[in-house]
Amino acid sequence: MGQTIAEKIISRHAGATVQAGDIAVVDVDGTMATDATAPFAIRAFREMGGTGLWDPERVSLVLDHATPAPNERVGNLHRLMREFASETGCTLYDVGEGICHQLMVEKGHVRPGDIFLGADSHTPTYGALGAFAVGVGSTDMAAVMLTGKTWLKVPQTVRIELTGELQPGVEPKDIILFLVGKLGIAGATYEAIEFAGEAVDTLSLAGRMTLANMVAEMGAKAALVDTRTLPSSYPFTPTAADEDAAYRAVHTFEISGLRPQISLPHAPDKVVAIDSALGTEVQSAFIGSCTNGRLEDLHAAAAVLQDRHVAPGVRLTIAPASRQVFNAAVRDGTVAILSAAGASFITSGCGPCVGTHQGVPGDGEVVISSSNRNFRGRMGNPRASIYLASPTVVAAAALTGKIVDPAEVLAEQGSP
Amino acid sequence: MKTENPIRGRSHVYGDDIDTDRIIPGKYTKTLELSQLAEHVLEDLDPEFRARVEVGDILVAGHNFGCGSSREQAPLALKAAGVGAVVAKSFARIFYRNAINIGLPAVEVPEHDIGTGAILNVRLTDGVVIDERSGKRFRATKMPEVMVDILQAGGLANYLKERGGYGPFSTEQNRTP
Ligand code: SF4
Repeated sequence: MGQTIAEKIISRHAGATVQAGDIAVVDVDGTMATDATAPFAIRAFREMGGTGLWDPERVSLVLDHATPAPNERVGNLHRLMREFASETGCTLYDVGEGICHQLMVEKGHVRPGDIFLGADSHTPTYGALGAFAVGVGSTDMAAVMLTGKTWLKVPQTVRIELTGELQPGVEPKDIILFLVGKLGIAGATYEAIEFAGEAVDTLSLAGRMTLANMVAEMGAKAALVDTRTLPSSYPFTPTAADEDAAYRAVHTFEISGLRPQISLPHAPDKVVAIDSALGTEVQSAFIGSCTNGRLEDLHAAAAVLQDRHVAPGVRLTIAPASRQVFNAAVRDGTVAILSAAGASFITSGCGPCVGTHQGVPGDGEVVISSSNRNFRGRMGNPRASIYLASPTVVAAAALTGKIVDPAEVLAEQGSP
Repeated sequence: MKTENPIRGRSHVYGDDIDTDRIIPGKYTKTLELSQLAEHVLEDLDPEFRARVEVGDILVAGHNFGCGSSREQAPLALKAAGVGAVVAKSFARIFYRNAINIGLPAVEVPEHDIGTGAILNVRLTDGVVIDERSGKRFRATKMPEVMVDILQAGGLANYLKERGGYGPFSTEQNRTP
């Protein structure tokens, strides 16, 4: 019987031919933890009797969740990570370098066909590169630091074929929001999701990362975006599924008619087409996160906000996904456009996405965000509401103070 | 600390899709102090829980318990607050693994109608949960052997320490039918 991409990658790393449902111990190519998960991972590593890392070159620690440190408690956790890194020789990305997932891809810590374990739930993002990348907790990550191995259950795969072409003003984020709405928050629990089809072939790496990122919001273990058309700066051999691979389900969606999508409070899968959310007033807008904080996302926002200003009473906060993204946006003038439009740029990192320190909304306030989660309390206040959307929709809402069809503001932008 | 078997405790029942932000809000997770995690457990879901829970109590939930982030602070907060086991119709993947890894039994019982205040008897090795007063028995999903071993060692740290790694492992022996 043929194999899915996940089955092929895991077989290679287990030294045995595996199929969905098998439990395998596999060699891991890389691992990573953040300031939210590394402190417990370091503690668990010590509890395991760990002193040296299995391979310092394959272990990264990233300070991104609460950066710069908002208080002494976090400051001390950051210090603990720096000390562990200098003691063990692993890579440390300090405050301001960027979001873990952006850095793992940008700095080449993960490659097509790898198995990667990240101590963060959005690790499947690296499925954009065709890696079997799984989010785990601190103790699992510690076990990888120690042994270079992990045990896992070979997942079943859901295949999603995307045909057609996106309309102007509609973005990869809208595709994935739509899919999260269709499949639901537990729609692919424990499973891998393969993305393929002509609409995937044309996507940039950034767009593929946005797509893979939010499989976490369907409970999936990993995303595997077809790499046969991946734009890449280095050569690699793509892994393709066999023709007769067994899937749990195959879905085909035609996306040419897709409207911009909105996820309503307080669950990522409460997704509607923008038309049923038009007019919703917002007080805060956030562009950033591992879903949509990349250069093309900032370009999308700048296209809406060039020579304009955010509405009175609206705060627009931007956290570029990495320093590299920020520097590129400084160089090409995007930062100047957005800052002139009233945006506040904050440290590259998770920023307001996770509600630990910055940009916390007030009671009853409405936030529109380009991130991936809108659970109650996610941004630090359970009495606020969060809507999720693409960077273009977020920028248009910041501009007008309410959710509007971005096509309208872009059309005005185009006219003299 | 080894995990006890069977586990006996009083139930606290909640619904479906309880996410990790409701188990422990992100703003409280930046600490290594377990008591600080316990203080805010389930705060946005049920502010009274912290005062009501007693050591050994069992959290009971519907589908997709623990969806959301990878924070191990979620099962740690429950364990630190005294929760002896979590019984749910289904679990989100990372929560399930994390709970087992830190030695908090997470027991999947696809069908149950357990009410709050029941006295439950959770038999990990038999794969059954018994409501002592009504005498009803609920079937639990069989755990992969490796998970039972980890749980019985009291968590992954102990498991690896005792064995000095994963040891020889047979994929064939762990093949599901
Ligand atoms: S940006 Fe948000 S979702 Fe992404 S890793 Fe950071 S906290 Fe998690």
